[in-house]
Amino acid sequence: MSPETQGRRTPGADLPDHPDRLWRPAEPKRAYDVVIVGGGGHGLATAYYLAKNHGITDVAVLERGWLAGGNMARNTTIIRSNYLWDESAGIYEHALKLWEGLEEDLGYPLLFSQRGVLNLAHSLQDVRDSVRRVNANRLNGVDAEWLTPEQVKEVCPIVDISPDVRYPVLGGTYQPRAGIAKHDYVAWGFAKAASDLGVDMIEHCEVTGLDVRDGRVTGVRTTRGAIAAGKVALAAAGHSSVVAGYAGVSLPVQSHPLQALVSELLEPVHPTVVMSNAVHVYVSQAHKGELVMGAGIDAANSYRQRGAFHIIERQMSAALELFPVFARAHVLRTWGGVVDVTPDASPIVGLTPVENLYVNCGWGTGGFKATPGVGWCYAHTVATGEPHPLNAPFSLDRFTTGKLVDEHGAAAVAH
Amino acid sequence: MLLIPCPWCGPRDEAEFHYGGQAHIAYPDNPAALSDEEWARYLFFRDNPKGPFAERWSHTAGCRRWFNVVRDTATNEIHAVYRVGEPRPVTA
Ligand SMILES: Cc1cc2nc3c(=O)[nH]c(=O)nc-3n(C[C@H](O)[C@H](O)[C@H](O)COP(=O)(O)OP(=O)(O)OC[C@H]3O[C@@H](n4cnc5c(N)ncnc54)[C@H](O)[C@@H]3O)c2cc1C
Ligand SMILES: [Zn+2]
Repeated sequence: MSPETQGRRTPGADLPDHPDRLWRPAEPKRAYDVVIVGGGGHGLATAYYLAKNHGITDVAVLERGWLAGGNMARNTTIIRSNYLWDESAGIYEHALKLWEGLEEDLGYPLLFSQRGVLNLAHSLQDVRDSVRRVNANRLNGVDAEWLTPEQVKEVCPIVDISPDVRYPVLGGTYQPRAGIAKHDYVAWGFAKAASDLGVDMIEHCEVTGLDVRDGRVTGVRTTRGAIAAGKVALAAAGHSSVVAGYAGVSLPVQSHPLQALVSELLEPVHPTVVMSNAVHVYVSQAHKGELVMGAGIDAANSYRQRGAFHIIERQMSAALELFPVFARAHVLRTWGGVVDVTPDASPIVGLTPVENLYVNCGWGTGGFKATPGVGWCYAHTVATGEPHPLNAPFSLDRFTTGKLVDEHGAAAVAH
Repeated sequence: MLLIPCPWCGPRDEAEFHYGGQAHIAYPDNPAALSDEEWARYLFFRDNPKGPFAERWSHTAGCRRWFNVVRDTATNEIHAVYRVGEPRPVTA
């Protein structure tokens, strides 16, 4: 410890140590009851609930890289359930309730911190939309409050609420039960728990083809050989179009880079999570002390896990507008993930035209918060062959029936 | 940041452009005759290849014209730039 930091709390000192190996190393078997494609949060949570809720343990999670090296390790960990529509409230609030007991359930620390999320309003239209969303949330049993600018300042003293800025804060919605968690711990917790129940975690195993016979999927081709499967559950996030394409299934998603950044470690100054669709940035402070910021996707389709610098520049200027106190903070690191975006900003979870092939995709910029909820519902879908009531509205065929779940208002910059 | 060669103005930063998604999507000839499936395809389904992709860009901060680009979405390399109305060039 350097003399300057002696006697002061070292940021991150109270975090648990890095663990030893948490899941059994496994070689791919020749056949499984269920093969899950993609070892991100959703694939891992699905494996866990398949084993735990449905007793299906002859399961492999196939991951082309390392477990949770995709968006799961790249997201900014915002968890909330204050979406507009009933369908969304159903699945996101189910997830939030699971989060509230997840550390205990998995027996693993997740640093789940219900520090609340503020969504700021900067125009009359913002105010109307926000108040409407608060009312919709309450009708669905989701905790939500409308705060005046002064109340915003009470929750988060570093927000600039002065009326003479370009986009003054006119108020905000607040969900006290929302918050953040530590994403890699979440992945490890699910991987460990699923592995303990018998699931095989197979890393560096890329799915390169799907075998379909008479309209039914029978197995996967991989860089480590062919694997037969009773059922195949896709959970490949940004690569969903590519893997679904192996079975001739097209999906209404587009893959885009989504970036985020962190500052150096700072003393705790930011007690909650602040998001603003209008000035287009969101900010929290991680447990260790970094300011964590993000904004919207890069406009052009791309499978490269990096984006353009002007996007970072814009989110930084938006952050400074809201938080003048950050003027001297430094950007330490920026990175990107590839997110799969749907036309209605809601996910696709359910059956496909191919029998025994299931799809979970389209979570775009906001699927981390759903991790336990989607794992629960997707496992049910795969185990029973019927969508869980909470994911039934998120079917692939809603784009044909026209029953979209338009969450652009609640999801735009927001994650 | 992409360096995009506008066919009229030459190479400019991505920040000067607006993205238009997949190119060569024609409005249906006889919209009234489309089935729900065909409408869904037209409205909501776009190609999303990991590889060469024909897409539209508009040089909003320059000449303000739309044009097409073939770009590899796995590498971001631009293979071809061509004008609206021209067929997609054959690229390697
Ligand atoms: C910068 C950023 C910030 C974000 N912030 C938030 C946030 O604050 N809150 C929130 O709720 N959400 C957020 N998200 C979105 C969230 O991360 C995703 O919606 C979610 O992680 C997707 O589910 P996943 O964890 O299963 O995805 P991933 O972790 O991406 O898992 C998919 C896995 O599939 C693997 N795969 C792909 N193709 C194949 C193949 N052929 N064979 C085998 N494996 C394959 C990939 O390698 C990958 O590991 C953010 C995303 C990004 C990029
Ligand atoms: Zn031009």
